[in-house]
Amino acid sequence: MIKYIFKRLLYIVAALFVIVTLTFFLMRIAPGSPFASEKSLPPEIEAALQEEYGLNNPWYIQYKDYLVSTAQFDFGESMKYKGRSTNDMIAESFPISLTLGVEAMILAVGLGVLVGVITSLYHNRFPDYLGTTIAVLGISVPSFILAGLLQYFVGLKMQLLPISGWNGFIYSIMPAFAIAVTHMGFIAKLVRSSMLEQNSSEYVKMARAKGLGKWTTVFKHTLRNALLPVVTYLGPLFAGVITGSFIVEQIFAIPGLGKYFVTSITNRDYTVIMGTTVFYSIILLLAVLIVDIIYGLIDPRINLKGGKK
Amino acid sequence: MTQSNENLPKISKDKFTVVGGKHDQTDQLAAKSVSFWKEVRLRFMHNKLAIVGFFILIIVALMAIFVPWLSPYSYREQLGVYNAPPSASHWFGTDDLGRDIFVRAWMGARISLFIGITAAVIDLIIGVAWGSIAGLVGGRVDDIMMRIADVLTAVPYLLVVIILLVVLQPGLLPMIIALSITGWVNMARIVRGEVLSIKSREYVLAARTLGANTTHIIMKHLVPNALGAILVTMTLTIPSAIFTESFLSYLGLGVPQPMASWGTMASDGNNALDTAPWRLIFPAILISVTIFAFNAVGDGLRDALDPKLRK
Repeated sequence: MIKYIFKRLLYIVAALFVIVTLTFFLMRIAPGSPFASEKSLPPEIEAALQEEYGLNNPWYIQYKDYLVSTAQFDFGESMKYKGRSTNDMIAESFPISLTLGVEAMILAVGLGVLVGVITSLYHNRFPDYLGTTIAVLGISVPSFILAGLLQYFVGLKMQLLPISGWNGFIYSIMPAFAIAVTHMGFIAKLVRSSMLEQNSSEYVKMARAKGLGKWTTVFKHTLRNALLPVVTYLGPLFAGVITGSFIVEQIFAIPGLGKYFVTSITNRDYTVIMGTTVFYSIILLLAVLIVDIIYGLIDPRINLKGGKK
Repeated sequence: MTQSNENLPKISKDKFTVVGGKHDQTDQLAAKSVSFWKEVRLRFMHNKLAIVGFFILIIVALMAIFVPWLSPYSYREQLGVYNAPPSASHWFGTDDLGRDIFVRAWMGARISLFIGITAAVIDLIIGVAWGSIAGLVGGRVDDIMMRIADVLTAVPYLLVVIILLVVLQPGLLPMIIALSITGWVNMARIVRGEVLSIKSREYVLAARTLGANTTHIIMKHLVPNALGAILVTMTLTIPSAIFTESFLSYLGLGVPQPMASWGTMASDGNNALDTAPWRLIFPAILISVTIFAFNAVGDGLRDALDPKLRK
């Protein structure tokens, strides 16, 4: 187990190194400069700025400096907003994104499992068709489209929920839903097919023969086994929630990390782009590792020792 | 069995009578024997959702080909009617620059389909080559090739695509490059898995024993047997590429104006939600319906090809 985790951590470090190197060199060849704003700067000031951010050093010095500061989790100061460090931005906006993300994940897993269980219990009957249709629709409608449509119909026409902003729980309902729906559809499909597989197995027949009710069997026996594929989906779900937040936060004007990331892309604010990318990558890689470990712990059939078949 | 039979008392044949059944026909097969691909086709046709998806795709493709060609307006022509609601002359209305949304939407279909299909084909070429080499050669080569793929999958896909597009400048070609740069890994994995499992089958051994060379084995055994998995992966890659394209267009990293893409149109439409909702709604419907259709066809194909479901 420890050997497995160690090996995985090694992979993560390798992947992070690739990401850091890739972002560094790509940002160097990227056109456009963060200092090129509406007014052109006097050449002396531009030179001073270049000097301050170390842009005059040869590339290997810059690369080394960048690697060292990244290893210390210091992502530098924003090139666009004077005096704002990337770390401050992350510290300030990530909790908001995290709240939204956790809410979206709970929604996705909760509703997904519910729809999946119902459709499998009423296999080939009306609730099955209804649930499957909802799941398929959920998968097909991209989050940013859903966000716009929700804003228009629920926010503007029905005036049920606030259209945008971040001011308490009620503001988070629509964005969380917009992020969650696609994943809800996937989870519902996963749960449905694995429930159907379980339902035809001997132990379920046995439980029913003992006289256990339909729902008691589901909660005591089937669901535990049927949920395993959902655990594997948690990694991609986490990644999807994060990337979903880029646009959804932008649409709903939520001051989260996703919005900063998108703004930094339009502003060509290289330090912020690189810092956020590395930060996102670390979270994503760790999340996938944690999911794999959990999966190994709850399913005794999986053996993490060798990590090889 | 035969031994125990000897102990039984002899019963003469005439004590038995035929009560039913057609003795002379039991040797014949109950159903006509069908080839694998014919069976796949039959099973695919039974899947209503997949058939609906298939026809939607044909309609979308035909509209994408013919509408921009036959329409009286061009996708970039500014007609002087701004933000007009849908009407007989402009079926989907017009946008803030007075361009006809119906034409733009089908022009967008061309671009989205082109990007989706090209990305899938590039994934196919790199993925099949990478996966089959790793699977066939095996050993250390396989190890190294798959470790490279591992590291590439560990790098978050969308982040890489976004960073690449920031660098390459938005456009059609950069979009395709960015989409396929890590997209092929999935295909490579699947092909390698198939190759590994097929390689160790008895019929491959038999073919080798009979003196077949590697090329023959690849062309006659590996490719036809792995085709199903490859086909399914490809059909499911296209909608995800279309989705990513519209996602990136929404971020302002898509194909530049005045070219139309569903993502850019929806993004523009979202800003004009309260005054001209049709600018969001029509591209939104088209993206969703197309992604749905590709997913339905892909799922249908997978179910049709799954040998576990063979009856």
